Amino acid sequence: MATTAADGNLKPYLRKNGVKCEHIGKNGYHNHKEKNGQGTGVASRRHKHEPFEQAPMYVAVLTYLGFGIVTLFGYLRDFLRAVGLEKCNIAQEREKQKDFVPLYQDFENFYTRNLYMRVRDNWNRPICSLPGPVFDLMERVSDDYNWTFRFTGKTIHDVINMGSYNYLGFAENNADFLKTVADKVRQYGVGVCSTRQEIGNLSIHEELEQLVANFLGVESAMTYGMGFATNSMNIPALVGKGCLILSDELNHTSLILGARLSGATIRVFKHNNMQSLEKMLKEAVCSGQPRTHRPWKKILIVVEGIYSMEGSVVRLPEVIALKKKYKAYLYLDEAHSIGAVGQTGRGVTELFNVNTADVDVMMGTFTKSFGASGGYIAGKKELVDYLRTHSHSAVYATAMSPPATEQIIRAMKCIMGKDGSTEGMRRIRQLAENAKYFRSRLKEMGFIIYGNDDSPVVPVLLYMPAKVVAFAREMLARKIGVVVVGFPATPITEARARFCVSAAHTRDMLNQVLDCMNEVGDLLCLKFSRRKYSPQPDLCDETDFELDS
Amino acid sequence: MNFKNLREYLAWLYYQYLLITGIYVLEPWEKSIFNSILFSAIAMVVYTSYVFVPIHVRLALEFFLGIFGGQLESTMALMT
Repeated sequence: MATTAADGNLKPYLRKNGVKCEHIGKNGYHNHKEKNGQGTGVASRRHKHEPFEQAPMYVAVLTYLGFGIVTLFGYLRDFLRAVGLEKCNIAQEREKQKDFVPLYQDFENFYTRNLYMRVRDNWNRPICSLPGPVFDLMERVSDDYNWTFRFTGKTIHDVINMGSYNYLGFAENNADFLKTVADKVRQYGVGVCSTRQEIGNLSIHEELEQLVANFLGVESAMTYGMGFATNSMNIPALVGKGCLILSDELNHTSLILGARLSGATIRVFKHNNMQSLEKMLKEAVCSGQPRTHRPWKKILIVVEGIYSMEGSVVRLPEVIALKKKYKAYLYLDEAHSIGAVGQTGRGVTELFNVNTADVDVMMGTFTKSFGASGGYIAGKKELVDYLRTHSHSAVYATAMSPPATEQIIRAMKCIMGKDGSTEGMRRIRQLAENAKYFRSRLKEMGFIIYGNDDSPVVPVLLYMPAKVVAFAREMLARKIGVVVVGFPATPITEARARFCVSAAHTRDMLNQVLDCMNEVGDLLCLKFSRRKYSPQPDLCDETDFELDS
Repeated sequence: MNFKNLREYLAWLYYQYLLITGIYVLEPWEKSIFNSILFSAIAMVVYTSYVFVPIHVRLALEFFLGIFGGQLESTMALMT
């Protein structure tokens, strides 16, 4: 890779930032050093095995065929609606405004009108119980092909919940566990009626932030009432014009929104691809800002711990090595991974045995593993103090309500073991076991699964639009609630069903789900995998050939 | 999957056809339109092949036999 001539070119810039020249090894990565360090070797080698298997060609062809035919019928229906032969149920401009620039004509609306509306009984299903491992659904039917719904009045009981982000099972209503929450409600009430900066900074908030900082092993943390707002309001406080954001292809909308709001230049690198990231870093450091070629004020790498649509885990040691080499900052969004991965539930930093001081900004949410709502940002004390005064979310948003705060405190204490029981460790182990079991059984059956073997998010690829819909309906008929996702949340040819395994699922529930998956997979012909499954893990799991270029 | 009789198997095949072409999500009258168009297209293909394929095959055979047959005849004429 980097020859001595190239090193010569790089040296002036890097010396200015203080990097010692002997760190620029032959391949440019610190990986060789880190592998011999404190146990990064074993963990990183095991977690790199993340195949994204491609379906056979005929599947892609048939997916396009299906979309094509439905699009043709969509044009037909639009024509009938325009001519007046059919009643129009959707939003339309008023008669007087028909000559104005149209409001409702782009592709996204076409797609909504003509495909989503036909099948939308599979989404927004109203739940009428706690979203625990099983829940109750209200039965609803439609008389006019899903334009309107009505409730029959019956409830479907005990539907197995494979869609809630209830990783550690803290979405529970057991009165014993919730005693402290009830006490706090009696003490503080439910509404805070103010922002943190004004008069909404309760002592329970301080307690929570101290606890979060202890849990993550960092100096200080700040919590916010909403996870989405944590990302979208804090990235603009950290970077601005003249800075560069390198964000992963598959980042969540909140990160993208925050990046766009900040006004910084955004460059996207291929998902989990370290060559792409390094190339961009090199280019950024060498060429600087677009026209003036001044050096960037800050370079921020934005990645997620577990990507919710793929279930893949970020390659943290490599990203950290790159960030150290090129003097960039790292923003790690652990929405799905905090509490769900790692030996003691501390997230991807623990999974890869990485020093938490290496990650500059650690962000996470309490919605998933802790069963509450809200988000946090943790890191050095200076960073968090800066955000307390400069972030929009901290200054303007209402503070977190006391019962939610107490729920997070009790969940965190349970995970850390501070409440005196081993319930937390049991749940973490149960989740890891459930995730491994579920994934291996599905792979054995022949489904195409994306993502890392340890992640509790399991996307099963379905590809064809009609199969996605049929799958959701068939699973509900067998009393299993699944979440299916299609365009625009995923690429148009990669529609999938996303399962979220929980520690509250028992082995029997998982077996029931797996049996139904087997049945439905045969009924709908969903077993596309051409991999020959071997039950032993790969012995010669040699590291990426990509690195040795 | 065990199919008790032929009917069930055909019903499953029809279901697969609905899923693969994406017709499954359409309303019944749209399904009928698509099915009738597809059926008439296939019927036309079958009819055309029934009427014209034997004629074309016969002409092609005659053409090729003519070439090779002509070769044989001319070599025979040269030799004798």
